[in-house]
Amino acid sequence: MAAPASTSIPVAHRLRDAGIAGLVAMALAVPFLGLRTVNLDQGLVVQANLAYVPLAGAVVFLGRLVLGLLAAPLAKAVAPLAAWRPPAAAQRLRAWGGPLLVLAAVALPFLPFANRYVIDLGTTALIYILLATGLNITVGLAGLLDLGFAAFYAIGAYTCALTTTQLHWGFWPALVAGGLASSLFAVLLSLPILRLRGDYLAIVTLGFGEITRIVILNWQGLTGGPNGVSGIARPTLFGLTFDRRAPAGGHTFSEVTGIAYAPEHRLIFLYLVILALTALAAYTVARLRRLPIGRAWEALREDEIACRSLGINPTMVKVSAYASGALMGGLAGCFFAARQGFVSPESFGFMESATILAIVVLGGMGSQAGVIIAALFIVVLPELARGFADYRMLAFGLAMILIMIWKPGGLLSGRLPTIRLSNAKPKSVAEAA
Amino acid sequence: MAGPLLQLSDVHASYGPVHALRGVNITVNEGEIVTLIGANGAGKSTLLMTICGNPKPTQGQILFQDKSLVGIPPHLIATQGIAQVPEGRRIFPRMTVLENLQLGATLADPAHFAEDLATCYGLFPILEKRQAQRAGTLSGGEQQMLAISRALMSRPRMLLLDEPSLGLAPLIIRQIFQVIEQLNRERGMTILLVEQNAYHALKLAHRAYVLASGEVVLTGSGRELLANEQVRAAYLEGGAH
Repeated sequence: MAAPASTSIPVAHRLRDAGIAGLVAMALAVPFLGLRTVNLDQGLVVQANLAYVPLAGAVVFLGRLVLGLLAAPLAKAVAPLAAWRPPAAAQRLRAWGGPLLVLAAVALPFLPFANRYVIDLGTTALIYILLATGLNITVGLAGLLDLGFAAFYAIGAYTCALTTTQLHWGFWPALVAGGLASSLFAVLLSLPILRLRGDYLAIVTLGFGEITRIVILNWQGLTGGPNGVSGIARPTLFGLTFDRRAPAGGHTFSEVTGIAYAPEHRLIFLYLVILALTALAAYTVARLRRLPIGRAWEALREDEIACRSLGINPTMVKVSAYASGALMGGLAGCFFAARQGFVSPESFGFMESATILAIVVLGGMGSQAGVIIAALFIVVLPELARGFADYRMLAFGLAMILIMIWKPGGLLSGRLPTIRLSNAKPKSVAEAA
Repeated sequence: MAGPLLQLSDVHASYGPVHALRGVNITVNEGEIVTLIGANGAGKSTLLMTICGNPKPTQGQILFQDKSLVGIPPHLIATQGIAQVPEGRRIFPRMTVLENLQLGATLADPAHFAEDLATCYGLFPILEKRQAQRAGTLSGGEQQMLAISRALMSRPRMLLLDEPSLGLAPLIIRQIFQVIEQLNRERGMTILLVEQNAYHALKLAHRAYVLASGEVVLTGSGRELLANEQVRAAYLEGGAH
């Protein structure tokens, strides 16, 4: 099919359009730029500085004009991008994608360019992938919006922090406890919100996120309030620590293996542990999707009434989706606590919930590969833009807008079917086109 | 024919302040096709939904296989052997046709899956061709076929169909009704059918009830009602294809 000839809009029309935009900008510039409060001896004084007004008008006029003239060629240039599909060979690669990705991730800390910074960044990215994998169950698969996911992250982190510092547990039992505690809270939370949907669900989960943070902040006796908890146990390898000197009665990794002590060892170990945990989580979710419980999650997202008519109990499906998502959130929180050695309520604000949700939405709801790509994007991009300092959130926002324009369903919006019969011939892309 | 499979006696139900059913008595015998016709808002869909537990009847008794359905939570109705094809089809649009059918078999013995799947594909061959396709990309008629097949995957004793002809082309409606009849004739499936399309429904049904303002106002065999002056005037004028 031939592309429709782009209708060219006359330049006069463009000029008028830009003129109107310029006038609107000037009108807005009067209060925003033209008037300014200045702190003088006699108090706050409003000063008029109308020189900015025509300037703002001119900038918007030119900008609008250039954008208008460039819109058509730009759209044309971008069109093939949006229609791009991976070639058939790449699709065959898909089956190997997971293992290959894990292998590459395992190799990362041993590559020549891997320094502390790269490994640390990788660990952060993996924590976010684990968090988003959890939230992806709740939001992407079961379709239950959760704006307070950081609460489960926080509960996992604080459980780990408190069990290791107060009860002197090791990291591993604390990890299990963190995941379970988070999951338990999710079950408790899900009971009152079973009947809520959409906006109401969003508000209640948002509230739960904030309540959790505020309780942690104010429960000084248990959580240390704004001071946080420090001295959290580090992960050990079968009882071996990664310290320079062995604790009383213990051994260090370097003593036993004979490898010279290096502070990076602990970082690499942490990285590998979270990598294993995340890979396991991703694999588990992929398996769960093919089991009745996973199918029920997706069916619930599609149509709750139909689910009920087929004998699926929506209550159980919702509770299990919240609990499984929170379990992974709790594990990630525990890991975060052990890596930092310190937790405070600041780390679990609404921005954290929003970031995790952004990863899920950006990746394409329900897509595991999408979650990985989006998490890398969200963690690594601001780091790359460090040079811009103040502008990096701006660049980040712009990148998000561009993705939403080109790929409104998320980076990987396609959904992989969970069942394929042997006699069903999967249509190749070429055949379908 | 065998005795009553489903029996509703003096069933009342409300939607909030709206008293939608006012003492309905209906019997469906084993192996029958029974249809409910009536105008918009007569309470037809409410009646089906009340059987399925939502809303709960405020008064009266619903017996299925001599066991009361009153108070059974909606998601457990299906375990009793009642399969519903809800109004508006309600297929799972982003899942494939095959996944939809698999979800229909949630309560069934997995050992029957292949056999039941073959049965559905036999009834609606188009579904086999479309099995790897997302259900939301099917045409309206195909979605209705999928909704019926999905309900059949649970091996029900009885099928409740809510407006299967809604929004479909006449040719497709004819095909759907043929399958409903075939299910009944060949497999002895008991069917309770709610329809606006009174002509097709009455032609098909062994017995029928006419519902108005939440009450049964007329009952008889499909043929009788088809010939009834009142029914012709109220529900059939211009309705026949």
